[in-house]
Amino acid sequence: MTTTTTTTFTDVYMSPRLLAPGGTAADLSTHELRYGPLSYGDPDTLLRTVAESGLTGRGGAAFPTYRKLVAVADASRRTGRAPVVVANGAEGEPASRKDKTLLRLSPHLVLDGLQLAARAVGAGEAHLAVEDGASYLESALAQRNDPLPVQVIRLPKRFLSGQASALAQYVSGNAPLPRHQHPPVRERGVRKAPTLVQNVETLAHLALVARYGADWFRSAGTPTQPGSTLCTLHVPGREVRVVEAPFGLPLNRLLPLEGTSAVLVGGYHGTWIPAAEAAQRTLDAGDLGAGVLAALPTNRCGVTETARVLRYLALQSAGQCGPCLNGLPRIASAFQTLATPGPQANTRQDVARWSGLVEGRGACHHPDGTVRLVRSALTTFAAELDTHARGLCTASDATPLLPIPNEAH
Amino acid sequence: MDQKTPQKIDIDWTACQGHGLCAELLPDHITLDEWGYPLVDGGSIPPRTLKRARRAASDCPVLALKLTARGAPL
Amino acid sequence: MSSEILWYANRATGAVCLVLFTVVVLLGIAVRLRTRLPGLPRFGTVNLHRTLSLSATAFLALHIAMAVIDGYVNITVVDAVVPFVSDYEPFWLGLGTVALDLMLAVLITSLLRERIGHRTWRALHWLAYASWPVALIHGIGIGTDTGTDWMTWLTVSCVAAVIAAFGIRAAHSARASRRTPAALLRTAEGARS
Repeated sequence: MTTTTTTTFTDVYMSPRLLAPGGTAADLSTHELRYGPLSYGDPDTLLRTVAESGLTGRGGAAFPTYRKLVAVADASRRTGRAPVVVANGAEGEPASRKDKTLLRLSPHLVLDGLQLAARAVGAGEAHLAVEDGASYLESALAQRNDPLPVQVIRLPKRFLSGQASALAQYVSGNAPLPRHQHPPVRERGVRKAPTLVQNVETLAHLALVARYGADWFRSAGTPTQPGSTLCTLHVPGREVRVVEAPFGLPLNRLLPLEGTSAVLVGGYHGTWIPAAEAAQRTLDAGDLGAGVLAALPTNRCGVTETARVLRYLALQSAGQCGPCLNGLPRIASAFQTLATPGPQANTRQDVARWSGLVEGRGACHHPDGTVRLVRSALTTFAAELDTHARGLCTASDATPLLPIPNEAH
Repeated sequence: MDQKTPQKIDIDWTACQGHGLCAELLPDHITLDEWGYPLVDGGSIPPRTLKRARRAASDCPVLALKLTARGAPL
Repeated sequence: MSSEILWYANRATGAVCLVLFTVVVLLGIAVRLRTRLPGLPRFGTVNLHRTLSLSATAFLALHIAMAVIDGYVNITVVDAVVPFVSDYEPFWLGLGTVALDLMLAVLITSLLRERIGHRTWRALHWLAYASWPVALIHGIGIGTDTGTDWMTWLTVSCVAAVIAAFGIRAAHSARASRRTPAALLRTAEGARS
């Protein structure tokens, strides 16, 4: 597997916070020179600062970080077991490169954040989960003098590897399969201890909040969505980029919307929105998900693109839960029919029915995210679907837009 | 189990095999989908049905059906 | 009660146990295969399996009691739970004791099912597949009726039924493990073309 070096354009949207300028990896001395020393302080002060900052998770769910930390600390007090902290750098979303880029360029920010989070919850164990490769992490760790040693865990390359309960299972030594959410991972996770699973980008922001405070963090973004976030931008004709941008930034400043028919916001569990609507929207934590933004040119078929993604999502189902196992392959295959110009029969009704059957009926949110993508595609590409039903397709370019690993044609 | 806390049906989907006993015991709350898996109404279980619901939980061959307190934080 | 009556009662309850426990095993497999028994609702299969296992256990208790009470051969209460230490036929009797011990593990864990959780319960329930053949061999080795026509036919029928049912169960398991998302996707795509 070739290591893809993603170009970053760090000064474009705001003065950079997370990514080292110049696009080169920061070693420990560069890191300390750039950001200053890290003092841990006491856990309560840190928690207060995190609460005031309004930091939310950057792994997709945008859950308030302060509440998550407190919940794990509470669970630990109740059960009498020291928590486990897992930095989630799995990034199972194929279209997302932000976490890998962050870990390559600013590993010490993530590692600072990991130690801080461990301190805040009173953890006895710390892990950093990444996909295969990234051998530089061990050398980054060797440079440091961390209070809590960190174990690097390498995950198989699967979409659900980063799912919190699947990740906790893998760290426990079991297969990385999602588990039933009662009790949740924050109560019973790695080896039944309360577990904090936090995205690596969130931890990087945490490391900066601890240094510079809540007001500094809130100086970017909006009052309801403070701070900055990393996004992976897919624009045909350009190489894939990872950028840092503040919440509230208009989408049309991130992606060129002329010649674009639709934008995928969030990732493979995200939503397709028409370009006209994207022109009115801003970077919003509510739907940004894994931080993926992809621009679909007018001469390419959104239905075909969605069918490719749905096939991948069906194959990536853990296959444990009846509705997901039965529904996702049928939805994917039906969408392939919708993507092929010609008679459609009852396919659209079938897709609608199966979507209703899989939603909310699984151990994890894989079916829910898939249904979100399906419904947004049916709405945004409604005109194209009608065209296909008449036996035609408006697209003239069949080049795939979105990356699908190991795609068999 | 506190008798006054409203209970709802919770299904461990990783365990459910579609045996369908629950749908037979609680026909007003559970039906089976086209693949044999339970479709549960998300509401509270009325007190008169609680006994049968507990039976459904203990009779499930794979213990996939559980009763949990309604409104428990996720 | 005369020793002879006790001895006949022991042999009779032994034969009844063979039949009852065979049916219990078949019903357990039926539950696993989600088989619907004619005339019964789905929960009927599970309930019948459980009820019959308790009846079989009752007959087993009688069977053991007859053997212990009967003074003609020396079988003590200890011999009923500790295998291979009896004066009378230590090996064949011992097998019966082993079968009883395994069955008790299955029974007790089943009664405590909701407390111990499905995974632990399931792991121990597999011991039933060990208990049944051990009990069968105990019956053949120690049984006074071994060699008679009716006992031979009874034994052969029970063995054939359990082997057939287990074979179906194993095939079902193999088929289920092949039902992966990839396999279902292939089926769905094949059906559409």
